[in-house]
Amino acid sequence: MGNFQVKVQPKKYDAIIVGSGAGGGMAAYVLANAGLKVCLIEAGPNFNPAVDSKQLQNPWDSPRRGASTKYRPFGDFDGCYWGWEIDGEPYTNAKGSDWEWWRARMVGGRTNHWGRISLRFGPKDFKRRSIDGLGDDWPIGYDDVKPYYDKIDRLLGIFGTNEGLTEAPDGIFLPPPKPRLHELMIKKAATSIGIPVIPSRLSILTKKINDTRGVCFYCQQCGRSCKIFADFSSSSALILPALATGNVDLVVNAMAREVLTNKDGLATGVSYVNKEDMQEYQVMGRTVILAASACESARLLLNSKSPRHPNGLANSSDVVGKYLHDSTGADMGGIIPELFDRKRYNEDGVGGMHVYTPWWLDNKKLDFPRGYHIEYGGGFGMPLYGFQWGIENLNGTYKVKGKQKEAGGYGASLKEDYRYFFGSHVGMAGRGETVARRDNYCEIDPSVVDVYGIPVLRFHTKYSDYEIKQAKHMKETFSEILHSMGAVTTWGGDDGPENNYGLHAPGNIIHEAGTVRMGNDPKKSALNKHAQAHDCKNLFNVDGGQFVSQGDKNITWTILALSMRTSEYIVDQLKKNQI
Amino acid sequence: MDRRKSLKVMVLGTVSSGFLLDACNTSDKKPILKKAPKAGEKKHPGLMKEEVAHLEEVKSTTFFTPHEMTTITILGDIIIPKDDVSGSASDAKVPDFIEFIVKDKPEHQLPMRGGLRWLDMQCLNRYNNSFAQCNHQQQMEIVDEIAWPKKAKPEMQPGVKFFNLVRNLTATGFYTSEMGVKDVGYIGNTPNQWNGVPDDVLKQYNLAYTPKELKECISF
Repeated sequence: MGNFQVKVQPKKYDAIIVGSGAGGGMAAYVLANAGLKVCLIEAGPNFNPAVDSKQLQNPWDSPRRGASTKYRPFGDFDGCYWGWEIDGEPYTNAKGSDWEWWRARMVGGRTNHWGRISLRFGPKDFKRRSIDGLGDDWPIGYDDVKPYYDKIDRLLGIFGTNEGLTEAPDGIFLPPPKPRLHELMIKKAATSIGIPVIPSRLSILTKKINDTRGVCFYCQQCGRSCKIFADFSSSSALILPALATGNVDLVVNAMAREVLTNKDGLATGVSYVNKEDMQEYQVMGRTVILAASACESARLLLNSKSPRHPNGLANSSDVVGKYLHDSTGADMGGIIPELFDRKRYNEDGVGGMHVYTPWWLDNKKLDFPRGYHIEYGGGFGMPLYGFQWGIENLNGTYKVKGKQKEAGGYGASLKEDYRYFFGSHVGMAGRGETVARRDNYCEIDPSVVDVYGIPVLRFHTKYSDYEIKQAKHMKETFSEILHSMGAVTTWGGDDGPENNYGLHAPGNIIHEAGTVRMGNDPKKSALNKHAQAHDCKNLFNVDGGQFVSQGDKNITWTILALSMRTSEYIVDQLKKNQI
Repeated sequence: MDRRKSLKVMVLGTVSSGFLLDACNTSDKKPILKKAPKAGEKKHPGLMKEEVAHLEEVKSTTFFTPHEMTTITILGDIIIPKDDVSGSASDAKVPDFIEFIVKDKPEHQLPMRGGLRWLDMQCLNRYNNSFAQCNHQQQMEIVDEIAWPKKAKPEMQPGVKFFNLVRNLTATGFYTSEMGVKDVGYIGNTPNQWNGVPDDVLKQYNLAYTPKELKECISF
């Protein structure tokens, strides 16, 4: 290491942003458009959906026919680099903890492949402690965030319908696509037993909103990231326009090591290792904005110790890493015999469901405190690796064209079976709210570093009865809906108390939040209501870290709204020389 | 991603969206979108360098012996033979897919290798030949003892498990090939305008869109 030295970039920026997903992309967009000079650091390589997406490739274009790899756990066509494991970047779980951590490494982060389910929080989602005495209230409420939800609805585009539901607030919606056949069946069945089914709310453009974004052409492949930018990805809808201002320097393959501070305890910049040349760099700026994901941002803060911040940066409260929580998840699926031997037509539609179920019950009358929404799937999907895998469990159970067959088999008769069952599957997934708790947390593992020498996270997470009872309720609901529509459960129906009713491990739903939470009391929170560190006024967090709780909604739309709100605050404060 | 390039992308985005509407009215459904990756001039556009290295490593090795490949090909064509609708597994190059996927997903290697050997030993004991060298009648005799999970004899369970795996790998390889996708009747993956379930299908299932849906949803 004779020539080992840290290279300090001479240019001083107005802001250093760590991470280019939803939160970082929005911050870069707002700041760059306000004329501020931004350095955007991303830990993965560049990604431009127009060039790099696998949209419209056929199954046979993939040698593995779309099967998953560790590089793409959601399949070979998926638009996200890395996922549950990253070469050279481990993390650990304490005994009894089973946190599963998804990490994207690419420009745009995981927004390149997400479900585009874009749900506003409702007024009660910000004030849960006042309602049920659990967790904490946010220092802000729906009225503070609503103007930003409205702005991002217009800026980024979302389809849906105004239903007048207080806790699934109306928005500024483009028209949704019509339900598919199985979705009409779900709707009929669910509503007949008192469960509402309404058009989904996805950030996909069914109408033109500006000259830089295309309009959806219904290929169902938002998960691959849209080449014509008809879905929202940070890479296409925020980063590219931000770069076009000329105010953003994007540094890729840059793994942040530490937030640098001066003797007054203020942030001065970020040090990072360049994954390509393995050299150490520093970039300096007037503000530092963390958007590396809830857990990566917490890791960065905990690894940024200094005499002024001995417990890690912005952590005099000792809450950084605490209150880690994910959405709950439980699923079930079946087949609809009525749909055997269906007429063929193109029903790809948009990427994901055309209808969903918002939370519809009152938790005061239930034995668990928080709600969930239901997502639906089914229909003619593109055949990919695993297509009708396990047909031997299906083709002896149902008559095929009026004939009872023996399970398994081969030959022309088997080919008939594959055709017969195609398009008859249906699935449903509950996604609910976890109660954020201090004893669910991540911390620095005292003895493990990654390949760059950066100490890694160790997780301590466990679900409580609140989440387990919610999963039980999900399963009961799914059974009722499937039964009511004449479907037969084929998977997810055997879960019970022995496996927490199929409740996914925490982290598995990929909605990490809560680790750098905001609050009015600096002793109980890391950030104030502007997502500005109590202990360091020129440091901000704009990813899921700032969340006090995450409702029964997916968090991306709120990350975007809050990032825009904080970014406007930063612009204002920088212009007034307040920070 | 410099400014010039990002502007080019934006222009492309606009042009493409206009083009797509026209594409739906022509017989040539190949969208202009597919041309876009050429701008990258990369051998594997969109792949991470780690993925490229893994792909090249997998392609550089051979797993199955020629004898094993012969057996896989015979079994594949028993499972998916040519019929009135489409060709056979080997017509769709399914054996090549199976060779690739067991290297990409090593968890299949032991069950496949062990299952192939189990099958050969059964045939050797019965017919004094490996499976591939047996005549068609002998091959079908042994296949019939392992192809029907519910009526197979207990001592044939290793074979049942093996045949299930070969059936699943063969079917997945076949129905994800161009021939198989056409056979099963998946007709998506092309720019179009989703205008809802066709009227005759709605009628068949006694369903209808509500006035609210017809008013609020996008129509073409």
